[in-house]
Amino acid sequence: MISIRNVHKRFGDQVVLDGVSIEILPGQTTTIVGPSGVGKSVLLKLIMGILEPEQGEILVGDKNITAASNEAERNSIRQDLGVLFQSAALFDSLTVYQNIAFPLQQRCGHSADEIHDKTRKIITEMNLAPYSNSYPEEISIGLRKRVGMARALITEPKVLLFDEPNTGLDPLVGQEVYDLIDECKKEWHFTGVVISHELPEVFQVSDIVVMLLGGKVIIEASPDDFRNSPMPEVQQFLHGRVDGPIHIQ
Amino acid sequence: MSADAAHVEAKECKSFTQRIEIVGTYILDMVENWGRSWIFLYRTILGVISPPFRPRLIITQLYQIGVQSTLVIALIGVFTGAVLAVQGEYTLSKFGATAFTGSAVALSLIRELGPVLTALMVIGRAGSAITAEVGIMRITEQIDALRSMAVDPMRYLMAPRFVAGLIAVPLLTAIFIVLGIFGGYIVGTGLLGLSSGTFITQMVHAVGTVDVYSGFIKSIVFGFIFGWVSCYKGYTCGFGAVGVNRATTQSVVTASVAVLITDYFLTSILTRLIME
Repeated sequence: MISIRNVHKRFGDQVVLDGVSIEILPGQTTTIVGPSGVGKSVLLKLIMGILEPEQGEILVGDKNITAASNEAERNSIRQDLGVLFQSAALFDSLTVYQNIAFPLQQRCGHSADEIHDKTRKIITEMNLAPYSNSYPEEISIGLRKRVGMARALITEPKVLLFDEPNTGLDPLVGQEVYDLIDECKKEWHFTGVVISHELPEVFQVSDIVVMLLGGKVIIEASPDDFRNSPMPEVQQFLHGRVDGPIHIQ
Repeated sequence: MSADAAHVEAKECKSFTQRIEIVGTYILDMVENWGRSWIFLYRTILGVISPPFRPRLIITQLYQIGVQSTLVIALIGVFTGAVLAVQGEYTLSKFGATAFTGSAVALSLIRELGPVLTALMVIGRAGSAITAEVGIMRITEQIDALRSMAVDPMRYLMAPRFVAGLIAVPLLTAIFIVLGIFGGYIVGTGLLGLSSGTFITQMVHAVGTVDVYSGFIKSIVFGFIFGWVSCYKGYTCGFGAVGVNRATTQSVVTASVAVLITDYFLTSILTRLIME
């Protein structure tokens, strides 16, 4: 579903991604983990076409987003993507209802009634009805994530990208977000890409775990294989040890 | 040459090249930033002229930039006109020409003070708000969210603000001028003892269509600068609260300075054209 092929990305002199290749199969959820500053979010922005790599290519389905020559071409590829941002990135000036309806309103081919029906449906499914007239600042961060999820799902994207979905949340709300991802996966059958450093909690939603370090993929394995990997970097990261081959920046 | 002297010379040489490097980097950054701002302007104008058009967003921005600035513009207009009347009457009395106070007030407001002061006030009130709003949208990933939803932020965010600035600034300038003349008239006739008929007659004789055009052209150009700078500074805002703080300050300073510099050139060109 998503092919990341030999992607290189640098900012000034700093090499962030150095020949990263990952194959994400349809229906699978791949979690990309690694220490802070290793380029996980950069990789996500490359998939969205918000950043451009110096080298390599990224295919969403059979469309090459890195080869798109203009924003219109990239936008047509982005129609297949939904994103849940780290902070949910809801629009402050819009209510919960308006935030969720927003992606449909911006696309051609949807009547006002259709938009209303779809928005109402997803609001009910996500248990957001009591908050539909609230503004983002009036609801909790957990609810904001739920709204962000509803907004990402309303266009029924083939791929859903999650940027550190439970960062800054307490363990209970964090677990609720993972349960929500799980539920949504079962119902919407999307291909997922999760960026996280919350181990091992994130394994709950992962089919494949990829670890980035020093701009490269050092392991790509199932959660169980990842857990049992003898690689010292993996074990250090998994158990949050300060001493080891990974140097804290 | 001793080892110490050679060491000092090498250090001085290094320090000199470092200074050159700093200056070079600064110039390169400045040129790059300048180039980026022109590309940003090009993309914004493209967003303005190409569909989908979003009249509702333009109206929202017109309300925020225009309607919400009206009171402060009106207040400053009245008092600027009043001050001009007092100062004008004092200066002209030295030449025995107080009858021309009305002309002086009207010409100063229409040709110069109306467009400039309105632009500076709108930059301070609405420009800083636009930069801060867009900047916060940038750092909270709302702009990335727009792009991920295949919505062009130039069309959705920048174009409506840019168009609203182009419409609001000339309208606010007109309000400023009218109320300024009113303030000047009240103070001139009520407090300074000038004749109401003379004030108005002299004003009508002195002010021509070209003067009104001159003020109108300036206000459009200042509206253009206002939209360009405030949107650009917000869009390219740095990280965190410090980034928004810096962008907002830079936005107000850059736009204000640009307005004053542009005003000089516009005044020179328009005055020459009128005289020809």
